[in-house]
Amino acid sequence: MNAWFHPLVLITFLPLFGLALLLLLDGRNERSLRWVALLTSLVTFGLAVWALLLDRQGALTELSLPWLRLGRLAVRFHLGADGISLLMVLLTTFLMPLALLSTWTAVQGERLKGFLALFLLLEVGMNGVFLALDLVLFYIFWEFTLVPMIFLIAIWGGERRIYAALKFFLYTMVGSVLLLVGILFVGLQVGSFDLPALIQNRATFAGAQTALFLAFGLAFAIKVPLWPLHSWLPDAHVEAPTAGSVILAGVLLKMGAYGFLRFNLPLFPQASQQLAPWMAGLAVVGILYGAGVAFAQKDWKKLVAYSSVSHLGFVMLGIFALTPQAVSGAVLQMVNHGLSTGALFLLVGMLYERRHTRELAAFGGLWKVLPVLSALALIVTLSSLAVPGLNGFVGEFNILAGAFNASALGNVWFAGLGTVGVILAAAYLLKMFEKVFLGPLVHEENRSLADLNIREVLTLLPIVVLVVAIGIYPQPIFDLISPAVERLLMLAAQP
Amino acid sequence: MSDTQLAWVVWAVLLPLGGIVVNLVVGRRLGEKGIGAVASLAAGGSFVLSGLLALALLQHPEGGIYRLATWFNLGSLTVDWSFRVDTLSVTMMLVVSGVGTLIHIYSIGYMHADVRHNGDPQRFRRFFIYLNLFVAAMLLLVSANNFLVLFVGWEGVGLCSYLLIGFWFEKGEGGLGNARAAKKAFIVNRVGDFGLLIAIFLMIGAFGTLDFDGVFAQAAQAAPALLVAITLFMLLGVTGKSAQLPLFVWLPDAMAGPTPVSALIHAATMVTAGVYLVARSQALFLPVPQAQAAVTWVGGLTALFAATIALGQYDIKKVLAYSTISQLGFMVAAVGMGAAVAGIFHLVTHAFFKALLFLAAGSVILGLEHGHEHAGEGHDPFDPQDMRQMGGLRKRMPLTFAVYLVGALALAGVAPLAGFFSKDEILVAASERFPVVFGLLLAAAFLTAFYMGRQLILVFFGEPRSKAAHHAGESRPLVTMPLVVLAVFSALGGALNLPGLHSLEHWLEHSLVGVKEGHFVWAVALGSLAVALLGLGLAWLVYGRRAPTEQDALARPLGPLYRAFERKWWVDEFYRLVLLRPLGWLAQVLAGPVDLGLINSLGDGLGQGSQLSANWLRKLQNGLVRSYALVVMVGVVAMFAYLLWVR
Repeated sequence: MNAWFHPLVLITFLPLFGLALLLLLDGRNERSLRWVALLTSLVTFGLAVWALLLDRQGALTELSLPWLRLGRLAVRFHLGADGISLLMVLLTTFLMPLALLSTWTAVQGERLKGFLALFLLLEVGMNGVFLALDLVLFYIFWEFTLVPMIFLIAIWGGERRIYAALKFFLYTMVGSVLLLVGILFVGLQVGSFDLPALIQNRATFAGAQTALFLAFGLAFAIKVPLWPLHSWLPDAHVEAPTAGSVILAGVLLKMGAYGFLRFNLPLFPQASQQLAPWMAGLAVVGILYGAGVAFAQKDWKKLVAYSSVSHLGFVMLGIFALTPQAVSGAVLQMVNHGLSTGALFLLVGMLYERRHTRELAAFGGLWKVLPVLSALALIVTLSSLAVPGLNGFVGEFNILAGAFNASALGNVWFAGLGTVGVILAAAYLLKMFEKVFLGPLVHEENRSLADLNIREVLTLLPIVVLVVAIGIYPQPIFDLISPAVERLLMLAAQP
Repeated sequence: MSDTQLAWVVWAVLLPLGGIVVNLVVGRRLGEKGIGAVASLAAGGSFVLSGLLALALLQHPEGGIYRLATWFNLGSLTVDWSFRVDTLSVTMMLVVSGVGTLIHIYSIGYMHADVRHNGDPQRFRRFFIYLNLFVAAMLLLVSANNFLVLFVGWEGVGLCSYLLIGFWFEKGEGGLGNARAAKKAFIVNRVGDFGLLIAIFLMIGAFGTLDFDGVFAQAAQAAPALLVAITLFMLLGVTGKSAQLPLFVWLPDAMAGPTPVSALIHAATMVTAGVYLVARSQALFLPVPQAQAAVTWVGGLTALFAATIALGQYDIKKVLAYSTISQLGFMVAAVGMGAAVAGIFHLVTHAFFKALLFLAAGSVILGLEHGHEHAGEGHDPFDPQDMRQMGGLRKRMPLTFAVYLVGALALAGVAPLAGFFSKDEILVAASERFPVVFGLLLAAAFLTAFYMGRQLILVFFGEPRSKAAHHAGESRPLVTMPLVVLAVFSALGGALNLPGLHSLEHWLEHSLVGVKEGHFVWAVALGSLAVALLGLGLAWLVYGRRAPTEQDALARPLGPLYRAFERKWWVDEFYRLVLLRPLGWLAQVLAGPVDLGLINSLGDGLGQGSQLSANWLRKLQNGLVRSYALVVMVGVVAMFAYLLWVR
């Protein structure tokens, strides 16, 4: 097949095509700008589904072309997708149209074109991160996601947007620098940046694997974020525009967890085994700490942001339990968190558009005036607190059950304490739901709020449908990711 | 059993969900009667299917398993959506769908009045959607064939409980009372669910499966310490769902839900899930006497503890709520000591008479609300559940009184009503295996008779103590008809397992392990009957002879002890002091000084650090050629030095 029309290339770069169209259009024609961006993201999602179908037939190939030569070092243009990558790309391309829909009225004016352009650029970076199999290529995409997000926060953000953007930038850069050092080190040792080649020759840098694990891991841990590296997250979330928060929580955080899975486990197996209890320990602290801090928040969006710290703690616990059950649960939980937290941010944004505040104290009793929004919010909240029958439960249960019986962690305390997080989740999420939707309508200005319009329902409904579907029948997703998970764990288990 | 027959169990679970779909889609056009009819037919359909399953079981008592689909399959663990049809699960299904259907019908009348009284008729449909959802989740709980599907039902009913307690989410103390009660119920139950989850994790590690048969078959060979751990964590789950010590605190607050909810969820069915779980898992409990003792003691202590609190309540539903906790204590004690048949027997009869009592209390409340409006005091604050405002309703609501009397006497354990036989079986078993717990239960039985006597007198006898009570009138047939049906079952329910016949025992033998043949002990039977009559008689002596006053007649003679009953032994206050306050404070400290202070300064320090280093590095780029030359020279020297000496 012609490399230009390789499905993975199309998925990655189609948004650039939409971007070019955007640039050609008149900046005042907001309607067509929005539609171009939305249709581009929808087609990209369609391409991702196509790639999934190809993969299920065993017809999805990798693409590996010679690209750059740096002396004796070769950088390859290597894209490939296993089940985990495909799932992440599906998540990304699924959330993009919803995020764009959510900005339909929230972002207006002459800078709309720039906003949409940055979003499409962001999508290129995110899909590239999940598909790249050459470390230099990966690093380029990784950094590529940073720039649009910083501008999205710094230009369309809230009051403290500059501070938040700078903090986000600094945190990420610290990690990136070490990641680059790590990549150059392994590349120079092996003479290639190609992931399969590196895995095959990982013995050459086995001596330095603890340091390398940490160099790679710092960048990923900041992105996740793993406690105590999370303090960029609440600021970035609170200041980012709604669509930015959705993508930040839904996809960008997953890049960190994905990095651990894709690179740290197969490249540094012994270090992964040795450090697993430490990573799991930080993860569990994150679960409990994030829940506790979320409970004390007075700002709705901050509460959701800290809940991410707690939820991603589950993901990290699952990954470093190093059992098929826990890791599969963790991968599913990455999707679940993208759906439920993405939807929560959408809801915060919808109410913000109506009330121009995110203070929990400004709401209360909204169920009475907003029955549709409240009912959808209830389902999303329940998904987030892992009520069985919905998606969150399948993920968290398998993470905890796997971690409970994981030999890599050595004892049951990690999972046992992690399970306490399930109680705490009920505490802070039900508190949130009560503060916003239950109780009497105390504020006059809430009495006349309008319920969701069709566009808003269409933004939330796909998520809600998936929340229920995955909860009842998650097996197709497990069938998709299990071979990849087992392969990674096999690589991580061999010395 | 054939697969076609077994598949009925799935339809029984799905039918109420179908009811939800219909009501969601076309409910608005159906009107109240239509909505109620759809929901009731859905629940009734489940009852018919349960009945058909029971008939099939008469032919094939061994039952069977119906596997619908794989839920998930990961590593070595496979969990299926699979259902179990055996005499135990079908017994539970009959109770859930049978009592459930009656309560659906009752609710059509009750909620018609309730939504108007509370000023939001639109909410009628939502109530029946929740109620159908509850029936589906509860049927799933009792028909599950593995612990995880059971857990879906287990948390599912908890969710419905949350939604229905908070049904009038803008009402209650300060407008937030109901919402808080709902949240409390869910979180306290989550504490219990934590225990059940850990038990499940332990089972996965030990047995590699969560299917009942697979787990129970391996239980006999398992290490006792492991079984103790599994069963004790399970017990934590039981204390949450079945409102036992120390997690019972949510159930009294749950009375904030509409009365049909209190009857169905918080008396007859959901709260008995813990009893069902222990009965179902007898194979895990029987090999470890320590665990059995723990369960039995929890049940026995709860039975007595809750009964004392019931003495000090004035709210008609709160008395019944504490009574429910106490009766659940009887059941938990029974299944704990291995008398699972007695436990299930009491579960069934209790479902009849406690549902009856709650629904009849609802009828009383409707009567008072009606009387209140009739007396022209529509806007005055008035608590239609305060028994001090009642009195003399015997003549004004004769049918409600008659059925209430049946329910109360059945609960008190007066022969030959249902409660006498089932309670007697528990007492016989306790007298043989746990003499001290037997004492606790007997004392609880005495208090039960006493507080029910007190309630009967305060509500129905004497003269009306308020205008509302004076003007109260009998409820509509739609409300009273289900009461009569339940009264008949409360009266005759003992026939299920009469001494000498033991029909329930022979029925359950096919699905319960370790069933010991029950027997009748005249001394225990006469003793418990005497205790019941003594309690009722004493209540008459204390309350029946003179008009009740604002202060309870027992308050003076019992002094501080009665104050403890009234204030529920300060358990809520205790939890607030040692748990909620410190945890809330901890969250504040984490969010403030720790997160915004300590951890945030890490990041800001990073920013300042890079600024400092930038300032310092900037000095290097000063544009002076000689300093560049110096740096180059130092570099060259260093390289030479390295090449010459180090290599």
